[in-house]
Amino acid sequence: MSYIWTLAEQANGHLKQVSFELLTRGRKLADSLDTKLASLLIGNGVSAEALRELILSGADEVYYVEDPRLASFSCETYSNIMVELIKTFQPHTILAAATSSGRTLMPYVAVRVKTGLTADCTELDIEETTGNLLQTRPAIGGNILATIKTPNHRPQMATVRPKSTRPPEPDADRDGKIINVPFKEEWLDGRVEFLGYRKDAGDFENIEEADIIIAGGKGMKKAENFKMLRRLSDSLEGMVGATRDAVDRGWIGYSHQIGLSGKTVSPKLYIGAGISGSIQHLAGIKTSEIIVSINNDPEAPLHKIADFAIVGDLFNVLPELQKRLEGGK
Amino acid sequence: MNIIVPIKQVPETSNVKMDPETGTMVRSGVESVVNPLDLYALEAALSLKDSHGATVTAVTMGPPKARKVLDMAISMGCDDGVLVSDRKFGGADTWATSYTLSEAIKALGNVDLIIAGERATDGDTAQVGPGIAAWMNLPLATYISDIEVESEKSLIVERLVEEGYERLRLPLPALITVVKEIASPRLPTLRGKKKAMQTEIRTLSTENLTLESTNLGLKGSPTKVVKIETPKVTRGGTVVEAMDDASVTEAVDRLMDFLRQREVV
Ligand SMILES: Cc1cc2nc3c(=O)[nH]c(=O)nc-3n(C[C@H](O)[C@H](O)[C@H](O)COP(=O)(O)OP(=O)(O)OC[C@H]3O[C@@H](n4cnc5c(N)ncnc54)[C@H](O)[C@@H]3O)c2cc1C
Ligand SMILES: Cc1cc2nc3c(=O)[nH]c(=O)nc-3n(C[C@H](O)[C@H](O)[C@H](O)COP(=O)(O)OP(=O)(O)OC[C@H]3O[C@@H](n4cnc5c(N)ncnc54)[C@H](O)[C@@H]3O)c2cc1C
Repeated sequence: MSYIWTLAEQANGHLKQVSFELLTRGRKLADSLDTKLASLLIGNGVSAEALRELILSGADEVYYVEDPRLASFSCETYSNIMVELIKTFQPHTILAAATSSGRTLMPYVAVRVKTGLTADCTELDIEETTGNLLQTRPAIGGNILATIKTPNHRPQMATVRPKSTRPPEPDADRDGKIINVPFKEEWLDGRVEFLGYRKDAGDFENIEEADIIIAGGKGMKKAENFKMLRRLSDSLEGMVGATRDAVDRGWIGYSHQIGLSGKTVSPKLYIGAGISGSIQHLAGIKTSEIIVSINNDPEAPLHKIADFAIVGDLFNVLPELQKRLEGGK
Repeated sequence: MNIIVPIKQVPETSNVKMDPETGTMVRSGVESVVNPLDLYALEAALSLKDSHGATVTAVTMGPPKARKVLDMAISMGCDDGVLVSDRKFGGADTWATSYTLSEAIKALGNVDLIIAGERATDGDTAQVGPGIAAWMNLPLATYISDIEVESEKSLIVERLVEEGYERLRLPLPALITVVKEIASPRLPTLRGKKKAMQTEIRTLSTENLTLESTNLGLKGSPTKVVKIETPKVTRGGTVVEAMDDASVTEAVDRLMDFLRQREVV
């Protein structure tokens, strides 16, 4: 039986959390098919100890392709590696993260190996009768859930929404193999040159990784008032999000925008203040675990989908909440 | 510079209403528009045309009525519009869509730069842009927030990723997908609208393209949609009023209790 693969991700030699979330998904699939789970990592400078973490978290085998020239993501080079490894090992299924690199690399690879790819899945299962992968994903702004199959092509490939599942508890007794795949010069495609990161990235923040988001909309009235949200998010160890209206008014940078033309987030807790809950904004928050809404309009659509709705003036409610969080009671 | 901008026709969502009974989207009477995120791709191409001179061609694959989005593109300032349309293309997934579009783009001759949208607001996969690049073996840079022309043969671009903004040197020809930060889209002009009326839209189909028939449409698509569900939108949560000082205190008390109970604070 061919294996289930996950594509681990690293930045600066550190494994990203999503690499472990993928193992939760992959382990379940491998167990129901009675096959093995392998994790593939392309990068540089990842310690043997970190690689072992992948084993303890559910991988049976780890394939590591390492070279200084693989330190930063290159779609062309990474795809050369994947295409060759796929042809050699012929996995049953490959799961990658729906991150900026996963969503770039996977469609490039899918075309090259002539197979299907399902985007941004939130649910994965095995169809009992056929052993096919059932891939469920939100589409049309989260208004529908589509289940997709790749019946006649292998491998079956999917990207998985970050934070849509928890990483596994590491099991210190687990055993597995770590295989260093020697890097081949011919894999290197130097067409795109990585020059570095921009230094003055302003108030850039990666809200997709936040466990707690406190977001503000037009009801915040002015840029100054976003400081209130910043203080709250500091107390909650979260990040600040915003609606398009707030971003377009220049109250906060685009990297904070949530919704159809911004980020899709799945935090444990989302708090929206002065946000009406337009269909475009909701598209970005629907997979949040808990939604709290603070709005003085009882009819605001965000109240309707909230787990906890406070109908009131945010300028009274937020300071009170801040007091409570700082008072620690 | 020859720039191609693939644009998609999508249902207009800004006026979408939800049916409170069934929790589904009310689709009837919904108009079709240019994918809102493709307006940024069009703007990026037209700014390059303004600053460095370029021919910009918008390409869309869809039913005959999709030509409407090409008119829109020309009225914004594009030079040309190409409709890729054939019954055999219907029901294509992103693999088959990117195959067909890549063949259409090849048929248009030399291209220096392809600028696609970040993703379409309906299918929402963000896979067609990278797919076209793979079919054409072009270098690819996604999520681009800034473009600088370095020379006739290369661009310096900024790419918005989880860690911040990467800076890349990209040789031409290449394919990029752009994010909203790139520029604010211009509006169509009256002159542009007149031009759109006079411009003949070329149509590419199985008649004038050389295509592998097994790669087309629903039949040629590796993925199959087997089920569609509409998740319920309401969560039936707690609602508390906080209209005066006392009720604010109580509301926040209850919120804190709720958050502790759910173990988030
Ligand atoms: C193609 C397209 C893409 C879009 N993409 C996005 C996107 O990605 N993200 C996004 O967010 N939007 C997006 N939009 C815009 C969207 O349609 C809405 O306009 C926007 O989300 C509204 O933002 P808002 O909730 O901040 O403002 P509003 O809708 O104006 O809501 C402000 C709310 O604040 C409340 N309020 C005011 N004062 C107070 C107070 N003192 N206390 C408490 N509450 C108060 C009001 O009752 C109101 O409900 C998009 C639109 C289109 C057409
Ligand atoms: C509910 C649902 C779920 C789906 N899920 C998947 C899936 O997981 N995997 C899959 O392979 N297919 C899937 N499809 C099919 C997919 O939606 C279609 O192939 C669609 O034509 C293109 O994909 P997209 O809308 O995601 O576009 P995206 O890939 O998000 O579009 C990105 C960019 O590509 C360009 N582009 C896209 N389509 C066109 C076009 N027709 N003409 C010109 N330029 C274009 C535009 O520049 C656009 O901004 C799904 C379809 C439905 C209805």
